[in-house]
Amino acid sequence: MADSQKPVTTIKSPVAIHYNYSIGAGQSTFMRAIHEGRILGSRCPDTGKVYVPPRLTSVETASPMTELVELPDRGVVYTYCIVNIKFYDQVLEIPYAYAYIVLDGADSAIMHLIQECPIKEIRPGMRVQAVWKDRAQWTESLENIRYFKPTGEPDLPIEKIMSEIRKKSYA
Amino acid sequence: MREVAIIAFGQTPNRRREVHHNDAEMVAPVVADVLKEVGLSRRDVDFTCSGSSDFLAGYSFSWTMAIDALGAWPPIQESHVEGEAAWALYETWVKMLGHEEIDVALVYGFGRQSMTSPRDVMVLMNDPYLETPLWPDAISQAALQARALLDAGLCTEHDFAEIAVRNLRHAESNPLAQLSGRFNPDELLKTPTIASPLRKHDCPPITDGACAILLAAGDRARKLCKRPAWIRSLAHRIDVQALGRRDLTRSRSARLAAEAVGAIGRHFDIAELHAPFTPQDWILQREFELSKDTVLNPSGGIHQGNPMMGTGLVRFGEVAARIIRSEADRGLAHATQGPCLQQNMVGVLEGE
Repeated sequence: MADSQKPVTTIKSPVAIHYNYSIGAGQSTFMRAIHEGRILGSRCPDTGKVYVPPRLTSVETASPMTELVELPDRGVVYTYCIVNIKFYDQVLEIPYAYAYIVLDGADSAIMHLIQECPIKEIRPGMRVQAVWKDRAQWTESLENIRYFKPTGEPDLPIEKIMSEIRKKSYA
Repeated sequence: MREVAIIAFGQTPNRRREVHHNDAEMVAPVVADVLKEVGLSRRDVDFTCSGSSDFLAGYSFSWTMAIDALGAWPPIQESHVEGEAAWALYETWVKMLGHEEIDVALVYGFGRQSMTSPRDVMVLMNDPYLETPLWPDAISQAALQARALLDAGLCTEHDFAEIAVRNLRHAESNPLAQLSGRFNPDELLKTPTIASPLRKHDCPPITDGACAILLAAGDRARKLCKRPAWIRSLAHRIDVQALGRRDLTRSRSARLAAEAVGAIGRHFDIAELHAPFTPQDWILQREFELSKDTVLNPSGGIHQGNPMMGTGLVRFGEVAARIIRSEADRGLAHATQGPCLQQNMVGVLEGE
């Protein structure tokens, strides 16, 4: 017999729902290109801003974006964070760093890892370039880029870059 | 009190699977279409509200991704309901009644059922301790309701089939319809049951799609639209959640909502009922006491397409579009969410 005073604190009720997600036309363009080692963005016809990955319509003006722009695999750190906490299924050893990187010629940042450099040296304005997996391992994934590493070039003034991007904003 | 009207309605073609576009890409052309219809730009929209569900989308805060479709810069006034977009219409309507600064508003809804099994996702609406572990899927729950109707001697499986035949026949004149055609109820009754007593024709199609409505207040509506579809009244009510505590042959909440908008005993040229399953169409007709000459689901109703979380808003759009085109003077629009008609909204729309 169950204890009438004892609170029921746990039940087990497993739930599994599977999804086949559609990433859409804009991101599909990005994925097909990255499979070949190319990074694509799209240009807003109203502001000239280049978005990475490409989208079908401008985030700021809703106009169709039909012009695709190929971008280099190097850029500049806009901002970064250091992961210091452990969690289940963690692949990387802590501490490690994630950064938002503005590729040269882009007006939006992509997120990626920064490695091959002491964490203390990561800073906004630092020039970085992509380190790719072996070509044979490329798939339709941003993980074709293992991480970004410093190029050793002089820093760029990030506030100047961001203010140039802000100036393009449609108001 | 301010008057508020629907001045434009648009929707994507109802498709079994939209694999090429994501949510934002589905929403963007529909929003562009409704704005173009009345010659407005996105900057003329004072308030935006949407309805969708993360459980269908498969990721959290999925509605924020759809904002990309709007050109939301400078930042806009926006709200969202995690559910059927007809409730986003309600939120917007209430705001417009009381806020003079909102003259034009955009309401949209979207859902892609094809990415997962909607029959299973809907299980998660139930009591997580006592019901969900038993995995009562959406079709089985609707079948419980259908069985209750049959056992009470209120109607027959033939009545259910006739509802499907009517919807599919009306859908023939709807170019965006997913399903349509001429069928014979006796032939439909020879098909196998999915969850007895429900057959395929009693169940909603699986649809990917998006829809949008533009609202405007008072003279702004008259200026933008030759014949606005005025929302004369709008109300919603909810039943208790557990099916075991409800009389499944009735929908008390639907009845109360209809009473609240003064729909009972009133003549309607058309009525669009959001009845995911055919027995629910039968229940709603009974609760609303619709007259024999009211044209039910001229769009094809649920068989036209079921872009879940937008399906109810489409009902309002289909009624409004017919008033705007002067094909009807007064219509009833209904939306529902929750299992077995748990929550119901009724609106009365009229032309001038």
